Amino acid sequence: MATAHSRTAARLMVSPAVILLFLWMIVPLGMTIYFSFLRYNLLTPGTSFAGFDNYYYFLTQAAFWDALRNTITLVVGVLLITVFGGIGLALLLDQPMWGQGIVRVMVIAPFFVMPTVSALVWKNMFMNPVNGMFAHIAKGLGLQPYDFLSQAPLASIILIVAWSWLPFSTLILLTALQSLDREQQEAAEMDGASPLARFWYLTIPHLTRSITVVILIQTIFLLSVFAEILVTTNGGPGTASTNLPYLVYAQSLLSFDVGGGSAGGIIAVILANIVAFFLMRMIGKNLEA
Amino acid sequence: MARKTTQTRKAVVTALAWAIGFLIFFPILWTILMSFKSEGDAIKAPLDMLTAPWSLESYGEVQTRSNYALHFWNSVILSFGSTLLALVIAIPAAWAMAFVPGKRTKDLLMWMLSTKMMPAVGVLVPMYLMFRDLGLLDSRSGLVVVLTLINLPIVVWMLYTYFKEIPGEILEAARMDGASLRSEILYVLTPMAIPGIASTMLLNIILAWNEAFWTLQLTTSDAAPLTQFIASYSSPEGLFYAKLSAASTMAIAPILILGWFSQKQLVRGLTFGAVK
Repeated sequence: MATAHSRTAARLMVSPAVILLFLWMIVPLGMTIYFSFLRYNLLTPGTSFAGFDNYYYFLTQAAFWDALRNTITLVVGVLLITVFGGIGLALLLDQPMWGQGIVRVMVIAPFFVMPTVSALVWKNMFMNPVNGMFAHIAKGLGLQPYDFLSQAPLASIILIVAWSWLPFSTLILLTALQSLDREQQEAAEMDGASPLARFWYLTIPHLTRSITVVILIQTIFLLSVFAEILVTTNGGPGTASTNLPYLVYAQSLLSFDVGGGSAGGIIAVILANIVAFFLMRMIGKNLEA
Repeated sequence: MARKTTQTRKAVVTALAWAIGFLIFFPILWTILMSFKSEGDAIKAPLDMLTAPWSLESYGEVQTRSNYALHFWNSVILSFGSTLLALVIAIPAAWAMAFVPGKRTKDLLMWMLSTKMMPAVGVLVPMYLMFRDLGLLDSRSGLVVVLTLINLPIVVWMLYTYFKEIPGEILEAARMDGASLRSEILYVLTPMAIPGIASTMLLNIILAWNEAFWTLQLTTSDAAPLTQFIASYSSPEGLFYAKLSAASTMAIAPILILGWFSQKQLVRGLTFGAVK
């Protein structure tokens, strides 16, 4: 159908986006790779070739393993809360009720709160051991207030991030639930399938794809959690709540070690790519359908 | 009988859903309430805070303390600027891919998406140094470009899925009726494309408004949007709960309202069309 003429026009229309994204992807990443092989500190003049030294030092420092463990804990913790919570909430919101629209709006709201606001609101208004609401409640019950962010920094950050992402999983799973075939459900009911059997054999298989999408997309974003850590704990105490992005930031912009930070950045890219590989296959499959 | 049980069931479901919804919304509600109290009252025990007199003083203080209006304006410029720029680049691209698909269109789309998978921290160092050397640190123009680039793949994808839904037959029908290419685009395609473009725009403004990696790394004061401004409250001086609440309320209110309008588009945009 399309003529040679319109093909050329189409190419011209696509090229600005392609060229810009190509430059955006290749130039800074190439520079990061280049820096990662240099002995390059902003405080000392000059650079020299370092081979794999930066990678060696980055990977062998204790902070890296802490950061890797924290990154994985953060991702898995938030995923567990948001996926199970999201399934439960979506099932609940899918039932007939009064004022469904308002409940939906309340549940979705946290997603629109910028990360620095949500983190600071939780840190000060709720988790603060003196003036926070949890401290007031604890005192009211005659208990010792608990200092969440210094006693359990990572768990507290998981809670804050999960609060921001629960609406996302709920919204997607609810959208998927609403596309469930009602007639199929009714037919199963008529045939005497119990609610549990209908849930297990009809609802869950229908949701599997959406759950996978939720897990993969959230993982991409959760691997890069940064603002919440910056404004609550600064990665501390020690490295108790330092994740990989925060470690790279600290090493390159706080310690001015450009070479080491770049090596860390490349490692973060590799980790994210492993997840991205599966996500891309998933979305690609969907594009065919 | 059956009717009665469904009514009871409905009541139970309603109560449970409202309770959970309220609990999830509560931190936001509490922040809004606290923003209308004085600093002294804001740190009181919850019930004392609630019953304390209402006041607007925090809203005034936020402005005098650090020129809130400037940061709000920066957020507006950054989110709208980057969104418009992304649309200008993405509309022709998505248009061509949807209506004149080639053999490699699918690969191209997947590749664009893959650029979104690159963690920002992987390019933090060179971006920071480039911005420093070009004198772009703490400038709005530099940040608009970065925000445009990080959201460009999502914009192309969303537009593509919307344009794909415009039936090709309609174009042929218009052509049969003797419509010129110009009137075809102007009177047939544009009206059908506008809803998709509008929802893409909406979602992208929300994402750019809340972006909190590059805005925190590349700005300090002059070009700082609200994400960075609010972050300055992480090392507070003196009493600040009411001021933080007022600043936060103003920062999230516009996006909450926009967000409620874009619930449906949100799902499509954030799952790259995988869930509609």
